[in-house]
Formats: sequence, C-alpha cells, structure tokens
Amino acid sequence: MSEQGIQEADPATQQDEVPREAEREVVIRVRDLKVAFGEKVIMDGLDLDVMRGEILGFVGGSGQGKSVLTRTILGLVQKAHGTIEVLGEDVDTLNLVQRRALERRFGVMFQQGALFSALTVKQNIQLPMREYLDMSPGLLDEMAMVKLDLVGLPADAAEKSPSELSGGMIKRAALARALALDPDIVFLDEPTSGLDPIGAAEFDQLIVTLKETLGLTVFMVTHDLDSLYSACDRIGALADKRVIAVGPLATMLASDHPWLKAYFGGERAMARMPADHRKEAV
Amino acid sequence: MRTKDITQTMATPDTAEPQAVFRDDAGTLAVVLAGSWSADRARRIEALAAEITDRLAKAPRARLDLSAVDRLDTLGAYVLNRVRHQRETGGGTIEVASKRPEHRVLMDEVGVHDHHQPAPETPFRLVEVLVRIGAAIVRFGRDMAGGATFLGEIVVGSAAVVVGPRKFRGPSLVNQIELIAFNGAPIIMLISFLVGCIVAQQGIFQLQQFGATVFVVNLTGILILRELAVLLTSIMIAGRSGSAITAEIGSMKMREEIDALRVMGLDPIEVLIVPRILALVISLPILTFISSMSGLTGAALVSWLYGGIGMDTFLARLQSVITWKHFAVGLIKAPFMAFVIGLIASLEGLAVKGSSESLGRQVTASVVKAIFMVIVVDALFAMFFSSIAF
Repeated sequence: MSEQGIQEADPATQQDEVPREAEREVVIRVRDLKVAFGEKVIMDGLDLDVMRGEILGFVGGSGQGKSVLTRTILGLVQKAHGTIEVLGEDVDTLNLVQRRALERRFGVMFQQGALFSALTVKQNIQLPMREYLDMSPGLLDEMAMVKLDLVGLPADAAEKSPSELSGGMIKRAALARALALDPDIVFLDEPTSGLDPIGAAEFDQLIVTLKETLGLTVFMVTHDLDSLYSACDRIGALADKRVIAVGPLATMLASDHPWLKAYFGGERAMARMPADHRKEAV
Repeated sequence: MRTKDITQTMATPDTAEPQAVFRDDAGTLAVVLAGSWSADRARRIEALAAEITDRLAKAPRARLDLSAVDRLDTLGAYVLNRVRHQRETGGGTIEVASKRPEHRVLMDEVGVHDHHQPAPETPFRLVEVLVRIGAAIVRFGRDMAGGATFLGEIVVGSAAVVVGPRKFRGPSLVNQIELIAFNGAPIIMLISFLVGCIVAQQGIFQLQQFGATVFVVNLTGILILRELAVLLTSIMIAGRSGSAITAEIGSMKMREEIDALRVMGLDPIEVLIVPRILALVISLPILTFISSMSGLTGAALVSWLYGGIGMDTFLARLQSVITWKHFAVGLIKAPFMAFVIGLIASLEGLAVKGSSESLGRQVTASVVKAIFMVIVVDALFAMFFSSIAF
C-alpha cells in the first residue's frame, strides 16, 4: 500500500458523477419501515438514508434490532410494510433476476465471518467470482491474491482453511470475500468485535482506506467507540423501534434522547472521545 | 421498457465495452483505453491486455492513457498494473496518464501477484496406490487403538458413576431414553411389522409347494426372534440415534463446549457419553422386544390372510416351536449392539474438527461403521451360539 497513493485520493473526486455542490446521492433510502416477528414489533416507522461514499456507523442497544435492520435491507428478513430503495430502485418492484443483480452489488461481512468452513480462504474469495464472472483460472488466482493483499492478509493465508485462522484474520478474510465482486455497498456487522485494540484500529484504518480507494459506501453496525470516532462519517442510532438520530458525532452529542446521553456520556465513551468533542458532550 | 432498462443497468452497470486504441505519437506508442474496465468484462480485458503487452514489446517508449475509461475496478486496475509491471521488469518504461487520480491510486493499491504455485508433482502411480494402502492400514490401526483407549475411558467413566452414584446423571439418561426408545419406537414397529409380513408371505409362497404351509410359523418365529428383530432395530438405531449422537457431540466439539466442560473439571465422557451409551444399552433390548412383537404380528396377519392359518393355530404352533432360548438369543445380543453403536457414535463425534465438512464426514462414518460392526457382531454371536448349541 503506498502512503503517497492514499493521500492523492481526494474522497470528493470519487463521486464525480455527482456535482460536488449538489446533495450527495442516496444509495439506501428506507421509509416507514416496520418489521415484526409474530406479535413482537422490532421496528416501526423507521426512516434512514445512507449516502454514497460515506461510512455510516450504526449503534443501538442489544436486542434493539441493528442486525435485523441490516438483514431487512439485505432481504434476509421480510418487512411488514414500508419501502426500501437501494441504488435508486425500490426492492419490492424488482423481479428475481433484477434482485440477484442488485445483490451482486452488495458485499456483506457477517459478525462471525461466515466463511465456508469446507473451503480454503482463497476458494472462499473466489466463490462469488467463479459464480458471476468469466475469467481465466490464472487471473482468478491472482485476483484472489489481490483481495487478500487489499485487506492486509499475508499470501500464505490463501491456502489455509477458516478453522486455522485467528479471529482477526477471519474478519479480514470475510472482508476480502465481501469485496470479491467490487461491491458498491459493504455491510459490516460488528467488524471490530473480538479484535484487540491494535487489530481493531488497523481494521478501521483499512475500511477508511478501502472506502477512499474503491469508492465504497459502508454501512457498519458497531459498538466500538473508537470506530465511531475515527472511522465513521456519520452515526445512526436505533432506539424505540426507529432511528432516533443520524448525523456526525456532534449531532449525537447534541441529542437529548436519554439512551444517547447514556451511550455517549458514559465513562467509557468520554475516556475515548476526541478532545475537540469532549466539551460538547458535557 | 422500464424494467428491461433496470436489468441492463444492474447486471452490467456500464454497457461500454472495454477498448484499447493504439496510436503512434511522435515515437511513443500511446495506448488509449476507453469503456468499462471492470470485472464483468474479464475475458475481454484479459485478451486486450495480452494484445497491449504484445504491441508494447516492439515500442521503445509507451504511454498508457486511462483518461477515457468510464469505470475501473480492482480487476481492471490489476490487469493494467500487470501490463505496466511486465513492461518495467522487461527493462522498459511506461507512462500512465489519467485525468482521475483514483485510477493511479487503485493501480498502486492492487499490486502484482504473479507468484503462481507450481502444480504438485504427480508421483509414480503404483507408488501412490501403495502409499494409499499403507495409509489406510495405519489409519485402521489407529482407529482400533483409539477405540480400545476410548473403551477403557468409558469403563473408567462408568466405574466412576458406580463408585460415586452422585455423579449419575439421571435426567440426562431419561431424556436420552425418551429420544432413543420412545421416539424411535413407532418407526421400528412399522418396519418390523412390514418385514414380518414380507418374510411370512415369501415363506408361505415357497412352503405351500410342499404342502407345508404351517411351517411358516417356525420360519418367521425363529427368524424374527433370533435375528431379524435385533438386526433391524440395531441398524435403525445406528442410523437414527447413532447419527444424532455423533452430530450432537461433534457440534459441541466444534463450538468448544467439550473444552468448556473439561476446564470446569467435568469429564465429558462421564457427562455426555456415559449417559448416552447407558441409554442405548437400556433402550435397545426394549426396542428389540417391541420389534419382535410387531414382526410376529405382521407374520400372523399374513399367515391368516394369505396362508389361511388361523390366529389360534399360529399361536399354538408358535408356543410349541419357540422355546425361551430363541427369545433370549435376540435379547442377549441387543445390549452388545447398543454398546457398539454408542461407542462408535461418540468416538466419531469427538473426532470432529473445526469445519462443517468434517462434521458431515464423521456422521457418515459413524453410521457406516456402526452398521458394519452390528453385522460383524451378529455374525460372531451366530458362531458363538452355534458352538455352544444354544
């Protein structure tokens, strides 16, 4: 990875289809979403916009349905009503073929990695490529190595099976698989959970770098305060079955919702908060 | 049509084919690229890259112009970077020009990965066969040794339960008996009934040629009580409960639950395996008895409907030809079968490694080995009983 190269990449130039001064393109637009399992209503009247080229961090108490929201956007959970537009298309109006085509533009990293345990890391990364793309076997191998290198895994990890990898390596390998098809939107479910602070910081940096070089939009469910402070452009908060606040860190701190106050005003949050925000929080 | 447009824009976000135009620009070969250099067009991109490399070989100076490229993803960037790398390792230089800085960034980011692993050497085929046979024999030996060790551990585990009855896990045992015997009974009754019917029907069909239809009672009675009931039950339980035990213990092994037991100072053999094996040893004789009764019912029914032997005749004859030892032979074998099934199922469960593939392999192995061993044990018993004239 060349340091020079990263600095050259002005994030603004990534969205050159969109004039800079105009409002940024909304890639995921959720309106009035309701999800219920039987009698139990998980979310009701939820609105959310995700902009192109941003890293949106998503917080919420345990059991508040952060993962359910992700899974609903991905189409893994049925919604009761509401609309979800992804890349300008209402997902309900799409037929199966269109739906599959849309899914190809998602990359998903599950919390536990969800690497196929019967395949090696390389085969895991190649699986979506093999399924959707037509390329020579040599290039297929080389592209798998490119993805491994992008996420910072050593070349000898390619032939290992997922059970031989450490927690951090599993996260990286899962990210490499999520990036296999050069997706537009990447969903990360607690990407830094279970990583040590050094590994977590590296992972945050990696996601920022990838966002800048590949122009990714990242939707990240996380509880890692450092990730929220350092990697995320905006933060969304889920409570009371809807999104109670969305915006940069300052917006979170300005909110007087009791849950957000408890979350960002807690001792752990204060200790890690960037100094310039600390007085806003008080 | 709107829907069609969507499909096109989604499946192939940009419809422009990748292109490369070669221009001679005052002694510099300018390669002007256009269109979409993305993974959807991998084959075309590879072909173009090969052509570019070819043309570059003859050019003293070269320039790669990406200004007109609509879309460049990691694949496009990688292939172009490979072209650049090949040129540079060949001693040449190449200038990369683009209006968009992220193109260059992406090309630097993807790097070059041309270290292909050499294909593994294929050894001499006869040697390979010998190696495989040798490996299989070693594996068989290890299996045997492992089985013997495990048998020992189970004996120790059971002894611990006998010595300290407080360690006896009653609820677990009852739960397992419910799963194995109670839930398994209907299907075993059904197949035994059907097999009883079939044997009786075939027997009557052959015996009536000699006018000896009534001997079908001897045939079915002895066959079912001595062999069929216990074999059918054992095979069914190996498939039904043996596989369940292997899968259960195997997935516990995968999720480190077995290790969790160990660090709590609990012996997984005592906690998990002894109750299961004990449950099998208790359940199998019960199921064998149920199976015998169902089989005889089937046989009696067919004898009555198809062979014209009334129920009272069937029962009277059954009473005269079947001594208690025929009945005992079947039941004596049952606990041994149960022990073999339980031993193999737990052993295979503990042999599961981290992957789901390994779980599937061990469950298959558990069922195959258990059924095989059930038949071997049955054959050994047949020899034993005939030599003691039982």
